[in-house]
Amino acid sequence: MFSPFISQATSVRAIMFKVMLALLPAIAVYVWYYGPAILVSITLASITALITEAAMLKLRGRPIAPFLRDNSALLTAWLLALSIPPLAPWWLVVVGTMFAISVAKHLYGGLGSNPFNPAMIGYAVLIISFPLQMTHWLTPHGLGQLELSVMQQLQYIFSGQLPGGATLDAVTMATPLDTLKTQLHLGRMPEEVLGMPIYGHLGGIGSEMVALAYLLGGAYLLANRIITWHLPAAFLASLFVTAGIFHLADPAHYVSPVFHWFSGAAMLAAFFILTDPVTSPTTLRGKFIFAAGAGFLTYIIRVFGGFPDGVAFATLLMNICVPLIDTYTQPRVFGQKDEK
Amino acid sequence: MTTLHTFHGGVHPPQHKQESSESAIAQAPLPSRLVLPLQQHIGAQAKPLVRAGDQVLKGQMLARAEGMVSAAIHAPTSGTVVAVDLHAVPHPSGLPELCITLAPDGEERWVEHAPLDYRALPRDQLLTRLRDAGIVGLGGATFPTHVKLNIGETAGIHTLVLNGAECEPWITTDDRLMRERAAEIVQGIEVMRHLLNPAATLVGIEDNKPQAIAAMQQACANTGIEVIAVPTLYPTGGEKQLIKILTGKEVPSGGRPLNIGIVCSNVATAYSVHRLVNHGEPMISRLVTVTGNVKTPRNYEVLIGTPIAELEKLAGVLPGSDGYILGGPMMGLYVSNSELPVVKSSNCIIVKSRALFPPLPPALPCIRCTRCAAVCPAELQPQDLYWFARARDFGKAQKFHLFDCIECGACSYVCPSNIPLVQYYRFAKSEILAIERDKEAANLARERHEFHQLRLERDKQEKAEKLAQKEKAALAAKAAAPAPAQAATTEAKANDSAQQLPAQQLPAQQLIEAAIARAKEQAATARAKNTEALTPQQQADIAEIEARRAKVREMSHPDADSPKE
Amino acid sequence: MLIAIYVMSGLAVLLGAVLGFSAIKFKVEGNPLVDKIDAILPQTQCGQCSYPGCKPYAQAIAAGEADINRCPPGGEEGIRKLADLLGREFKPFGGDTAAPKPKSVAFIDENTCIGCTLCIQACPVDAIVGAAKQMHTIVAAECTGCELCVAPCPVDCISMEPLPQTMQNWKWQYPVYALTPVK
Repeated sequence: MFSPFISQATSVRAIMFKVMLALLPAIAVYVWYYGPAILVSITLASITALITEAAMLKLRGRPIAPFLRDNSALLTAWLLALSIPPLAPWWLVVVGTMFAISVAKHLYGGLGSNPFNPAMIGYAVLIISFPLQMTHWLTPHGLGQLELSVMQQLQYIFSGQLPGGATLDAVTMATPLDTLKTQLHLGRMPEEVLGMPIYGHLGGIGSEMVALAYLLGGAYLLANRIITWHLPAAFLASLFVTAGIFHLADPAHYVSPVFHWFSGAAMLAAFFILTDPVTSPTTLRGKFIFAAGAGFLTYIIRVFGGFPDGVAFATLLMNICVPLIDTYTQPRVFGQKDEK
Repeated sequence: MTTLHTFHGGVHPPQHKQESSESAIAQAPLPSRLVLPLQQHIGAQAKPLVRAGDQVLKGQMLARAEGMVSAAIHAPTSGTVVAVDLHAVPHPSGLPELCITLAPDGEERWVEHAPLDYRALPRDQLLTRLRDAGIVGLGGATFPTHVKLNIGETAGIHTLVLNGAECEPWITTDDRLMRERAAEIVQGIEVMRHLLNPAATLVGIEDNKPQAIAAMQQACANTGIEVIAVPTLYPTGGEKQLIKILTGKEVPSGGRPLNIGIVCSNVATAYSVHRLVNHGEPMISRLVTVTGNVKTPRNYEVLIGTPIAELEKLAGVLPGSDGYILGGPMMGLYVSNSELPVVKSSNCIIVKSRALFPPLPPALPCIRCTRCAAVCPAELQPQDLYWFARARDFGKAQKFHLFDCIECGACSYVCPSNIPLVQYYRFAKSEILAIERDKEAANLARERHEFHQLRLERDKQEKAEKLAQKEKAALAAKAAAPAPAQAATTEAKANDSAQQLPAQQLPAQQLIEAAIARAKEQAATARAKNTEALTPQQQADIAEIEARRAKVREMSHPDADSPKE
Repeated sequence: MLIAIYVMSGLAVLLGAVLGFSAIKFKVEGNPLVDKIDAILPQTQCGQCSYPGCKPYAQAIAAGEADINRCPPGGEEGIRKLADLLGREFKPFGGDTAAPKPKSVAFIDENTCIGCTLCIQACPVDAIVGAAKQMHTIVAAECTGCELCVAPCPVDCISMEPLPQTMQNWKWQYPVYALTPVK
């Protein structure tokens, strides 16, 4: 037994739990706007994650109980469920979660050793393999369209059947980001597009409120010192500046940076995805570089790429660079002479 | 007023100082036995001057400082030396060390001692007195004070920092000392100032000790010594950290405060200097906080060498105790043996219990959360160092400044995965040091081997030269001799080189066989030395040889030169 | 077409000149690999590798004549370092090489020693002092534990004594990682 003999009452389990707690407002907003389907997705993802985690631990010959208790698999499941469309067929959630936990996490060495964010790997796999299912988002509540009841949502999730022979298109739509890209492509002006009924004050109706809820959760994490301000601030600033430059240069083709902040998964990424300690740099300067790079790439992929949102790929691309960033941003240690 | 600076990181562990800080210092009674390790300081082990059975007086030097960095050991009371042998000492290895065990006679008869007029004493004599009084730094590292102060007035020491921060939880010895004996501490500081002649003298005390600060401020009035309250933050008491706070200067990586014109010493060390200068007393006692799972936690003035068991009895152990922490909970050492003695570095004995120090949960993998980097006072990247140490990638660990780690434990304290980070750093450091030792040994061996071969080569050459010379001489002789002999010499020359080897070997072998026979005979006759019937000259030769042999033996076994023989 | 040929031959001449120049300019004297290998070897000069010393073994490794697993005093750690340096696979100690032993130093029983100086001649690092017909003693600090002096002794008075653990050579243990099953 060796010193120190005392320890602060922090644990991986508590940290992960608080992050999950911070996701609750966003989940509540989801339920309000899109119905309870998201709860089903989260439950499915959680169960899959725990089973996959246990199976992988067993295969790897590791103790199961301490790792199941650390909440990290659950958090991955929640983040993945919140990244994919709320009304997703059950197998989509299960496949994504299984891939995230088994390949992205455990095949790289499990907790603490994975170079890529598991939830984003799961998302990337799904959007490449099942682009159709991944781009149909439920129409938010309040747009006066056909809305599904709880039972109808459950029925779709587990059997793929919609009531009365309705098509998926009748109850879903493209995401606000996707719609914007398509419409701009068709040659319409940004103001014109943003005047469409699906857009609110900051972003899309529904999704802007979800983004605000993520912001709220992020504030909670900051206040509890679960995360530091560096990564979110650098990411949002970089996204804002990149979007701002394009917007100022050519307002006829590029929308305002505020729209980019409150659309898609920008807020989720800023406070919950990039801040995953395992896959982000450890040095302070490295954190700025990493998050700024992710913000820039998010904008580029969103506006010029083929995918509806750029967050996942931006995160993964920057994940690759983390060891390099860490190597070149080693801070000076106490008493170290300045080089040269 | 000095402006305060800050150091990076730090933590706020629960303090637990109230328990022991509110009772006055008590004198611990004379124990029945005192155990004095010969290595209570950094540097070379002290060399014992006494044998078992010797009567010694209180304050008598029992072991002298050996070499440049070392310190003497003294009898804490009068009595009889019971043994000079291996005894368990407080050390993480658990290995026994050479100790002098003393049975007190209870009479407390002092050796002759007198105060010294340090201002009249030449520097080197004063420093020698410090060394011979066994005064070492009491802040924890036990670096011999005479070495620290041996700098010379011209070295340009601009600041003397006195460390009264005492940032480790539970420990209150410096707090009590400053409250009760501030004037004496200041007198010790004056001696240090006399030796160093610094422009400024700063006493840093954490602001959780307002009474100590007040007492010190009062004692320092009109002396030019500045007492400064520093914010309570672990590890403010780290030498480098305190210097940074008080002066804004950083001790260079791998360097010492001396490199930036600063000397840092503990207030308790200053007090010991005062005891020597004003009372002529060597370091034979120290303050020890006895706290934790005991009835009456408090500070005791304890003779060096007192077993833990005696102090434990004084304080009254409560049920549920399981072992002791020597030092504080952040950097201390866990031991279970109550026979271990108090040594010069023992500032605190925490009687441990599971309720006070619940076992830490099992470690999980590192999640790179960098909470450790955020609290590291050395501004290291503990998560990287951990990774390298775990993978035994020692080169990388060194490159990432492993040796700047002060092992304060702040990283382990905040780690959400409860990884014993400091353990990994200790492991890596000791492995690196071992590798360096091996490397040094290998280099020495290589050098010696190369020399060995050079010597063989040289011998061969010399032999050849001698031979050539002989031949030349023979040739010259033959040239003078009649001609018919010449043919014979060339033949002989050829034979000579051919026969030389066996001819030389044969007698050698015979000699060896004869020697073996002699040796057997010798063994049979109970190793008689045949010293009778020799001339005085021969006897003197033998004595000389014996002396040389003894010296060689000593050289070949540097650790075995104990006085047992 | 012509231009292309000119450009290509011009380039060839230029690059050839650069290569030739650097071959002269950056010529490396001696074989640095031998020194690098020698630096890894423990310098016991024990000959257990079947070469007469560490340097000859290093030369043999560099020349590709000897395997890297022939140095018991260097231990597996030494093999690993050699494997790293040379980009070879780690190879455990083979059948014909002795297994590594704990580090020891030679000790001469001075009551039995007859002063024949045979061990002094055998010692590769001159760590034995003594003269003809006088007892010999080993300077422990310089003894590499090569055991070369043991065999020549006609009266078998030399024994190898393992170095005891002291506070000076004591090392911290590798922390046991609670969650990883201990193999």
